[in-house]
Amino acid sequence: MRVWYFSEMAYHPAWEEGLKRGSLRVVLPNANYDPKVGHGLLNRYLDEFALCDEVGLDIMVNEHHSTSTCLTISVPMALAIIARETKRSRLLSLGTPIANRPDPVRVAEEMAWLDVLSGGRLEMGLVKGAPYEIAPANSNPANLMRRYWEAHDLILKAMSTTNGPFNWEGEFFHYRNVNIWPRPYQQPTPPVWMTGLSVETGRMAAEHGHVVGTLLSLSAAGPMFEAYRKRAQELGWTAGPDRFAYAAVVGVGATREEGLRRANLAADYVRTSPIVAEPFTNPPGYNSLAANIAMLKAGGKRGGFVRDRHGNPVEQTTASIEQLIESGTCFAGTPDDVYDQIKALSDSVGGFGHLLMFGQGGFLDHKDTVANITLFAKEVLPRLRELNAEPQKAAGAAAD
Amino acid sequence: MTKTMSIAGTTLELVERGNGRPLLFLHAGEGLGPERPWLELLSQKYRVIAPWHPGYGNSPLIDGSGSVDDLAYLYLDLAADLTLENAVLVGACFGGWVAAEMMVRSTAGFSHLVLVDPLGIKVSGREKRDIADMHAVPRAEYLTLAWADPARGDIDFTRLSENDLAGIVRGREAFALYGWKPYMHNPRLRRWLHRIDRPTLLLWGAEDRIVTPAYGEGWRQAIPGARLEIIPQAGHFPHWERPEAFVERLSVFVDNSG
Repeated sequence: MRVWYFSEMAYHPAWEEGLKRGSLRVVLPNANYDPKVGHGLLNRYLDEFALCDEVGLDIMVNEHHSTSTCLTISVPMALAIIARETKRSRLLSLGTPIANRPDPVRVAEEMAWLDVLSGGRLEMGLVKGAPYEIAPANSNPANLMRRYWEAHDLILKAMSTTNGPFNWEGEFFHYRNVNIWPRPYQQPTPPVWMTGLSVETGRMAAEHGHVVGTLLSLSAAGPMFEAYRKRAQELGWTAGPDRFAYAAVVGVGATREEGLRRANLAADYVRTSPIVAEPFTNPPGYNSLAANIAMLKAGGKRGGFVRDRHGNPVEQTTASIEQLIESGTCFAGTPDDVYDQIKALSDSVGGFGHLLMFGQGGFLDHKDTVANITLFAKEVLPRLRELNAEPQKAAGAAAD
Repeated sequence: MTKTMSIAGTTLELVERGNGRPLLFLHAGEGLGPERPWLELLSQKYRVIAPWHPGYGNSPLIDGSGSVDDLAYLYLDLAADLTLENAVLVGACFGGWVAAEMMVRSTAGFSHLVLVDPLGIKVSGREKRDIADMHAVPRAEYLTLAWADPARGDIDFTRLSENDLAGIVRGREAFALYGWKPYMHNPRLRRWLHRIDRPTLLLWGAEDRIVTPAYGEGWRQAIPGARLEIIPQAGHFPHWERPEAFVERLSVFVDNSG
């Protein structure tokens, strides 16, 4: 298993105000952001990413917009800095919300540039993005996935074409001379990742042989990974653990109490993340017909995706650390506890080869974050490297 | 009576009801409710033809996608297929936008245009919204913007059938598809409204806060000879909230003009 550390680079000083107003995203005015405090935080978070390289962790960066939960507004910008500050870590962009980007060729250029800069250390997530990202981007939610797939195809073609320029006149994107410089270091493209929560995403990712990632809930991971494996089998190849990624909050300590304390602080990410003004949580077309019918039948209530082992919904905003361990949202405790929890969850969903580690969140301070990263790398990572590490048949060859 | 027609290579579901002068009714963003009173009242005077916009009800989207331009051409084709003559074209809310897009292309087959609280044009400057952001407010607040009496617009979704709910969800998606950006208007439409050479009535709910009567005045100024009438105690959907007053105003206008 590979482990990818990430932090959303939260601006937690504004959370109290956001909670008071009922939205940490979209409509919380940026008067609640102090750029001087932000200056310190951004630099601190980048230092924490740089530390991962020294201790042997890989690195993941994501992005959100118009929110106090995540100050990374551009994955390539953050990764450009991290690429220069690191030597060994692989760098996962997870990712660019390509259906919200007006210019897919620009995305291809930026990713190729990062891949060259880092000497081929880039892994490239092309993601749908969360529902509340629709408003800041003002992208049309009703044809989001049609746009996603056109952008996906165009980006991969732009990155892998060496005898351009080529022409592209699609439903959404129009170019007459696509010929990106630089082209990527890894040929034909860096490894591609997708994210989601649904069986359909699992199936579609299998059709392309991409890595698929899901987060925070074992109840979503199992069926999605199973759908992937089944589709891969139908297409004549076997999907190994290296095709699957799982994201969870991780808190480790010398004692169980210390690990739980760290995880509990970092888990405020999970508790605050869904707090967003209601109209932005379900733009038309974003969720499936069936999900929307179920929501209307339930009187407009949205069911969260975090569920416990018995399939019962867990109220994310108020969940205790114990509940979040039970739902597979957090791994916490001593190094032994954390290893055992990760292994048990991985075994229960058929084995995943990538752990996306929320190793920092909100009020977990620098000292604790450094201790969390360092102890994890020293005591847990070596054991995880042995887990689900058998060499897998390359999926790309079968899928392309 | 609900029927299905094949028009320009796409399938269109529509209601046809009543006898007399043909009246093509283009429904609001909320969708078509054939059981609601206004179609019945209209059908006592007219041969009412009311399609579900592609994406709503059981009408599929055009080629899985589509735009307001597509709807305008589709309904002009429908009017030609039905050989409509001297027909009244009525559009409410989103349907009003579509009706105006049809009429700037061709008024053949139609004698009158009635627009009921239409969306579709840009009147104010770039930092002022003419059209309330219906997608940025909770449903309770939307109802207070759209209705003079919000209680009348409230729907208990938990009591509807699976099929009705599916129609509503598909309609919401279609509405977003057609009108997300630019938001519920065509920046170039107002420029060409002068082409509408048919008597035009703008009916406006006095208490419409989605698009206010002041926005209706913008429409009136752009369509030659258009008349703007305000219906009291009605919001964004006067045909729904005050169906008798709506049909009365419409028929008086049709009988006395053109």
